[in-house]
Amino acid sequence: MTQTMMKTDFRREPVYIAVLALLLIAGFFLPSWLRFLLQTALAGGLVALGVAIQMRAGLVNFGQGLYYCLGGYAVGLLSAKLGITDVFVLLASAVVVALLAGALLGLLLARYREIFYAMLSLAVSMILYGVLVKAAALGSTDGFNVPPVTYLGWLPEREIRADVVYTLAAVLVVVSCLVVARYLRSGAGMLCEAVAENEIRLEYLGASPKRIVFFVIVTAAGISGLGGGLLAISTGHVDPLMTNWTTSGGFVFVALLAGRGSTIAPVIGFFLLELVQTYALDIAPNAWQMILGAVMLAAILLLPGGLWSLIDRRGKA
Amino acid sequence: MKKIATLACVSTLALTGAAMAQDSIKIGVPVFLSGAAAGPFGEPEKNAAELMFDALNAGEVPAPYNSMGIGGRMIDATFIDEASDAVVEYRNLVERTGVEAVIGYTSSGNCKSVAPVAEELETFTIFVDCGTPQVFEDVVTEPKFLFRTGPTATPDAVGAARYLRDSGYDLSRVAGINQNYAWGQDNWRDFTGALDALGTESKYVSNQMPQLGAGQYGAEVSALLTSSPNVVYNSFWGGDLEAFVLQAAPRGLFARSAVLMTCGEALFPAVGKNIPEGAIVSARGPFSVFAPENDLSTWFAAAYEERFGEYPTYPAWKMAQAVLGAKAAYAKAGEGATAADAAAAMTGLEFEAPSGIVKMANANGHQAIQGIGFGTVTQVDGKPTVENVKFYEAECVSPPADMRAEDWIASGFEGAVCE
Repeated sequence: MTQTMMKTDFRREPVYIAVLALLLIAGFFLPSWLRFLLQTALAGGLVALGVAIQMRAGLVNFGQGLYYCLGGYAVGLLSAKLGITDVFVLLASAVVVALLAGALLGLLLARYREIFYAMLSLAVSMILYGVLVKAAALGSTDGFNVPPVTYLGWLPEREIRADVVYTLAAVLVVVSCLVVARYLRSGAGMLCEAVAENEIRLEYLGASPKRIVFFVIVTAAGISGLGGGLLAISTGHVDPLMTNWTTSGGFVFVALLAGRGSTIAPVIGFFLLELVQTYALDIAPNAWQMILGAVMLAAILLLPGGLWSLIDRRGKA
Repeated sequence: MKKIATLACVSTLALTGAAMAQDSIKIGVPVFLSGAAAGPFGEPEKNAAELMFDALNAGEVPAPYNSMGIGGRMIDATFIDEASDAVVEYRNLVERTGVEAVIGYTSSGNCKSVAPVAEELETFTIFVDCGTPQVFEDVVTEPKFLFRTGPTATPDAVGAARYLRDSGYDLSRVAGINQNYAWGQDNWRDFTGALDALGTESKYVSNQMPQLGAGQYGAEVSALLTSSPNVVYNSFWGGDLEAFVLQAAPRGLFARSAVLMTCGEALFPAVGKNIPEGAIVSARGPFSVFAPENDLSTWFAAAYEERFGEYPTYPAWKMAQAVLGAKAAYAKAGEGATAADAAAAMTGLEFEAPSGIVKMANANGHQAIQGIGFGTVTQVDGKPTVENVKFYEAECVSPPADMRAEDWIASGFEGAVCE
């Protein structure tokens, strides 16, 4: 009971998000390789956040990479094939495309729960994967490159390009966390927990679980699309692996590892996991997966509530 | 006093550190160390790189590479797994590990994503094995720091079409079996394009595109058999290729049709005795059994076999020639050369390798062109080798410098020089 109350308590979110903002400002001064890692982790973190908010409604989405990929390819296609390079147009399109896909799929997926939801979302994402692999014009599995973007007509010099992209990504991630936190405090967001707890009672109270689930799917789709768009701009390359089940599985893992206590948890969790991975690769190029696996296993065994439970526990004490 | 002593000690240490750093050249080597490509590509490439680095550091490589190290400095290599986020790990290599040059990459997808980053970070980078011509055609059109010492995938398909025609195979009914991803799709497109350009008037009776890593080809082999092709074109690699040969041979596909496998040479160590005689293979260039006889090739094959107990397959040859390309570039740039000097020196360079002379002729002198050989498999004392070999020179199977591969094939090989 107390745990449920704690989970729905998002009154401290502005404080946490302010902390994230401060961390990201500090991140600006990191060495460039580490800051780049942080920047790509921010993009992935948004998708993990999308998975985490669906988990609040008891739904595990094993195909969240679908929206990540749609966002990335929206940016890629508009910039590389149509020559639109304005970053704001590109990212807005990434979000709109993902929202539309989310709304369309939401009509279908909102009717399913548990394993059926997980498998159906996985299936849809793998359909997109299959289509992209067949699309030779889009580079098939090799994907294609995304040209440098402009900011309202301004193309930054090569030296400061990385600074500008990082700043943009940091600002957008903070704003996204604020939007999601606001959503979680709203009626539709609060009731997600109730969908997971007792759907029938919720209907007796006059609320529509289907509508609540629909909203959470669409919200998660929107921020995941933004994450995909940010990744495309950061790495300058998109490929179908973005919607492969392995990628989606990674997001689910981060959402579990990080915990659902705050909107900033998946973002920070994704960065920490990337950090472990890159050092594992450096230290043991032949056995890095083993190190990564051991860390994941340890996190699950020692912190079943996710990394965020460390902070929650301290808050209670 | 104690403090001063410590300080002096620390500064001496720092100085020695700096001196040591100057004496070595840090090279990053991304190759596949996990996943499906680790066995057929990553292992031979890593082995060849280690062999070459050790031999160069000891000054054991035959002339003209008998001086120690690269640019007079000892090689200090950092291997990383290519089966990870390519762009992130490339940046980490350059900015965290601080490597001066990067030699590696097998996946075309990774090459495409890393290419612009190499130019952005102004890091001397040599791609070893990735095949897509797009790297210099679309992604980086004005390269300064980026090179590829291996030929693109274009000569595979073009050479195959020429070999089949020149050897008098019946090309009226042609079929293909290629993996359903960028590599397989491009191969089939180029091969059919090349046949059309040669005017063979072939009928394409079947094109099977199984998933990458499928492993089971029962249905595809049946489809190939029922479409009764005279020639089957196959661009499989790794475990897929081995599985295909082991499954298709007992069902008589090799007996009923001429099967051409562009990566077939790589089968020799693993399933060599199971390759039916008469199957057509290549090594994707003048490597391995198709390599010319010279001091470098004899030394390389023997040194590799002695150290790893196996004859080197073509990815190992490609890695060796990439390493020697870097050495040649530093040597040409002169003593005390920086990576930027070496990159400038490598542009348009012609250097010796176990595969003969490598010409950095295309993409403003950043892309190597090499010839390709094809031959039929024959078993001698239970060991496979090739006969009926035809070798096509680089200028015959590569597009000229100012033309895209696709347009060149469509134009009917405009400007190709064939003997």
